[in-house]
Amino acid sequence: MFKLWLIPLLPFLGFLINGILGKKLPKLAINAVAVGSVLASFLWVALVVGPSSDWGANKLHAHYFTWIASGNFHVGWDFAVDKLTMIMLMIVTGIGTLIHIYATGYMDHEGGYYRFFAYLNLFMFFMLNLVLAANYLILFVGWEGVGLCSYLLIGFYFHKKSATTAGNKAFIVNRVGDFGFAMAMFLIVIQFGSLDFTPVFTKAPGAPVETLTAIALLMLVGAAGKSAQIPLYVWLPDAMEGPTPVSALIHAATMVTAGVYMCSRSAVIFLHAPAAMDVVALIGLATAVFAATIGITQYDIKKVFAYSTVSQLGYMFLGVGVGAFSAGIWHLMTHAFFKALLFLGAGSVIHACHGEQDMRHMGGLKKYAPWTCIVLACASLAIAGFPGTSGFFSKDAILTAAYEHAPWMFWVGVVTAGMTAFYVWRAFWMTFWGEYRGHGKPHESPMVMLAPLMVLAVLSLGGGFLFNVPEILKDMFPLKEEIPEEHMLMAISVAAGLIGIAMSWYMYVVNQELPGKIANALGGLYRLVDDKYRIDEAYDAAIVEPLIEGSSAVLWKTVDAGIIDGAVNGVGSQARGIGNVLKLIQSGNIRSYATWIVAGSVVIIIVMGIAGGVR
Amino acid sequence: MTLLDIIIAIPALGCILALLIPRNQAQFSRLFTLAVSLVTFVASLGLVTGFDQKATGQQFVTNFVWIQNPEIHYHIGIDGLSLWLIMLATFLTPIAILISWNYIQDRAKEFYAFLLLLEFGLIGVFSAWDLFLFYVFWEVVLIPMYFLIGIWGHDRRIYAAVKFFLYTMVGSVLMLAAIIFLYTQAGTFDYVTVLDMLQSGRIALTHTEETLLFLAFFLAFAIKVPLFPLHTWLPDAHVEAPTAGSVMLASVMLKMGTYGLVRFCLPMFPGAARENAPWIATLAIIGIVYGALVAMVQPNMKKLVAYSSVSHLGFVVLGVFSFNQMGLDGAVYQMLNHGISTGALFVLVGFLYERKHSLAIKDYGGVATMAPWLSIVFMITTFASIGLPTLNNFVGEFLVLQGAAIRSISWAAFAGLGVILSACYMLWMYQRVFFGTVDGVEAPADAHGGHDDHAPAAHGHDAHGHDSHGHSMPDLSPREWACVVPLVVMMVWMGMYSQSFLPVISAENARILDSTRKSPISSNVKITPVTGGSANAR
Repeated sequence: MFKLWLIPLLPFLGFLINGILGKKLPKLAINAVAVGSVLASFLWVALVVGPSSDWGANKLHAHYFTWIASGNFHVGWDFAVDKLTMIMLMIVTGIGTLIHIYATGYMDHEGGYYRFFAYLNLFMFFMLNLVLAANYLILFVGWEGVGLCSYLLIGFYFHKKSATTAGNKAFIVNRVGDFGFAMAMFLIVIQFGSLDFTPVFTKAPGAPVETLTAIALLMLVGAAGKSAQIPLYVWLPDAMEGPTPVSALIHAATMVTAGVYMCSRSAVIFLHAPAAMDVVALIGLATAVFAATIGITQYDIKKVFAYSTVSQLGYMFLGVGVGAFSAGIWHLMTHAFFKALLFLGAGSVIHACHGEQDMRHMGGLKKYAPWTCIVLACASLAIAGFPGTSGFFSKDAILTAAYEHAPWMFWVGVVTAGMTAFYVWRAFWMTFWGEYRGHGKPHESPMVMLAPLMVLAVLSLGGGFLFNVPEILKDMFPLKEEIPEEHMLMAISVAAGLIGIAMSWYMYVVNQELPGKIANALGGLYRLVDDKYRIDEAYDAAIVEPLIEGSSAVLWKTVDAGIIDGAVNGVGSQARGIGNVLKLIQSGNIRSYATWIVAGSVVIIIVMGIAGGVR
Repeated sequence: MTLLDIIIAIPALGCILALLIPRNQAQFSRLFTLAVSLVTFVASLGLVTGFDQKATGQQFVTNFVWIQNPEIHYHIGIDGLSLWLIMLATFLTPIAILISWNYIQDRAKEFYAFLLLLEFGLIGVFSAWDLFLFYVFWEVVLIPMYFLIGIWGHDRRIYAAVKFFLYTMVGSVLMLAAIIFLYTQAGTFDYVTVLDMLQSGRIALTHTEETLLFLAFFLAFAIKVPLFPLHTWLPDAHVEAPTAGSVMLASVMLKMGTYGLVRFCLPMFPGAARENAPWIATLAIIGIVYGALVAMVQPNMKKLVAYSSVSHLGFVVLGVFSFNQMGLDGAVYQMLNHGISTGALFVLVGFLYERKHSLAIKDYGGVATMAPWLSIVFMITTFASIGLPTLNNFVGEFLVLQGAAIRSISWAAFAGLGVILSACYMLWMYQRVFFGTVDGVEAPADAHGGHDDHAPAAHGHDAHGHDSHGHSMPDLSPREWACVVPLVVMMVWMGMYSQSFLPVISAENARILDSTRKSPISSNVKITPVTGGSANAR
């Protein structure tokens, strides 16, 4: 009735058309296919599926075909839409459309234009599968598929080693997470005999706590991979090798939030596994603080926002972990608005500065790119939690819930909020204030890029008012009662944001020598943070190198070539005689082959005779 | 005379006729053998359409006494287990002939005749229902493969061929001994009769006898699979074999081993199979991880794919010895998947070799710039191989791991590491071969890193097979397209709609699993109950 399959299929058709014919199509046609297909999905979601369903009682469910069946186990290609899915659909198709439009301007001068949009459409297809899935396995299809597209788009400039290496790293680190996700699915099948959401969530409350805890923790491993949480966050900063629209769409607004979505989708399981919930909250909080500290020291504008994304995703997990699922989803949504805007704005800045990404070579851009400056200010206010902006509502909801769970978590969250405000505004001042320090003459971006930014700016400012997610989701996740400290908590977190902004103003506009002095004073500590705590190096030394060296030196050269083959060749040298005989035949003509075949048959007959004799 | 007889006869006759073609008519022998293999394939489609999905047991049966004393039947037939393996053989043989079109110039007619002989043997192995007949076909397969490696192989072909031959012979001899022993007990080589006598207890084996017989069969099959640590013939054989040899070896021949395990080891010796399952599964898991780790450090593309086969086939063995429906279904499906995706990998590596005459990864780079379509097909195959959902391998790997998890969650956990590692070795190879620039030097405009506005992506896929340094590599030719398109279609089909294939496999597997339970000899072995009352316990 609602033809849910249309939603992912439209972008998929876009992928096929642009992927196969794109090379021969004019740019206008490529744009029409790429943007049109995603826009059509968005309109279908917003105008057909959204308004016409009775959201109170039923949810839409559609079964298309049996995908895998074995014994009593069946998995169908099933889609379902409830309010949570609806929110995700709106975010994915809505932001997706805006970013597609922006990309037509941003990628205008790039090679492989059609290839870029084909990948982007393919991503939309898998992402929509992910959110529409009615069972874990179809979710997993989307989950792996978006990973594929992420890999392809990070490595879009495939002649660059750093880009393809970053793509590999993203895929492989995600595979580690997927391993956890897959293990969770195996346990779910063993426990519940199905991967369909409905039966699993119906039966989950009756399942043993240990099993549910194991499932939830393994899911967290998966979520940590996709949503870049400690210890698997390492791929996301490197993923900035991809073109900036990709960073905005995949590595900020949509794909990386899939982990948060999955955990919220599985809320029943998590709620019955309190120990796992605590782990989720701790990981989220730790990631939020940790990434924020790195964000403070970065000079590459995209890296600042990348670490900011890691940090904000940590917030969302904090929300999930303290049981405020709807707050987590709310932040997922507002973050999609302001972080997509930050990245696209950064793209516009990079565009303005002729490809420069280092903020030390920017400055003074408010004069040259005023619109970009205004929209980025909106996004920066939102992420800093300035009262009334979208980020204010969602962040406050998470922090309040954290306070109810454990006050210390609230305080850590507040400090992080202050740091967030600081590093985002630091980037803002360094980019737009002062004098221009770069090369060439900066220029404002074209309208096709600015228009989506303006829409996102409106959403960043007003998205909290417009969409009260906890209210929308109150049937799934009951609203919390207001607590007396609420207003005080709100004031504290707002104050933290304002202090962060003020400090960045002082350090990067008023007293510009101060940051250097502080960095010098901190010495080794500063360098450690600046080097991202040298986590990549540690992983290399502890895991990658030993694995490769060990595989090469021990497994391949010692076990395989040395021990096993040594033994075989030892036996073989006894049979060297046979080998020499066999050597003769390869020189020969067909008659000798035939002879050998006949000879072989003779041997068989003789053996057969012996067998008969035995009898 | 059933359709199956005809399908076995066509390649045999074709082989003989091909040998009669005058030596100077190489092109004619190519066309002739291609035609024969295509006719065989089209005929084999009749097996699929004519296969009665409702009926269980053998179909297309021909059974007459071939030799009176000792009693050997010409007993052939197919069931849900062998149907798709025969299809795999008939599907891949024309592709193997096509990929050799230009590459094999020396003694062409013999080469193609051997491919038909190989096809004949493979179809025979998968349809034989007489133990002796099975053994004969088993050996028939060995002969053409030995020559394909030994004559048309690369530099160390003799070493590889002899190693291949000796390894396999050791296993074959043991299997032959076991077959003869069974004959002394049953008085016939007819598998149906032997199996019936074993299951009804008319042949009463002692525990030791059952174990030894099981091990004899198992060893022959394990070498063929190959199961760690019996795998070292495989990398050498693959590296030295001509492309067509590698394709047939990896795609179909290895499945003789896994097929044998399911067809013979499980039903005949269910008690011993269950008893020995833990260490066999352990070896399978070691093979999965070990194969993947060793693949990761290979400098040679074919060796890398060969070790990846060791890893993938470990999944099959693990699924078989998980002793449940999902594990076994996944294992059989994975046999087909591996046939398609690894076959395709060898085909594509062969294409690269024909262009650059090297198998060393380090000799490549920037192929994506020069041959974009080849790169795209290779990428699809790469992702099929590493188990991306929507492509074929995922379905098999998922079922195998789920089946293993039902048996023991730690099995799935360790085997699952192989899935992570597969991404490592395949993507690293892909990066080094296809990405980067042709001459290995990055353009200076990249100095700033991450500078995505004016990076010289212009020669992405849009370059026309040439770059400024004069290196060039043609993209896929029509003949090559004809080879890879069917393979890619199968990857997507088997990945998206397993229902076209799995039901008949499932039905047969259910029967086999059932027979391993009610057999009197297995009664002393406790059947592990499935935790949590899962759906898949049978």
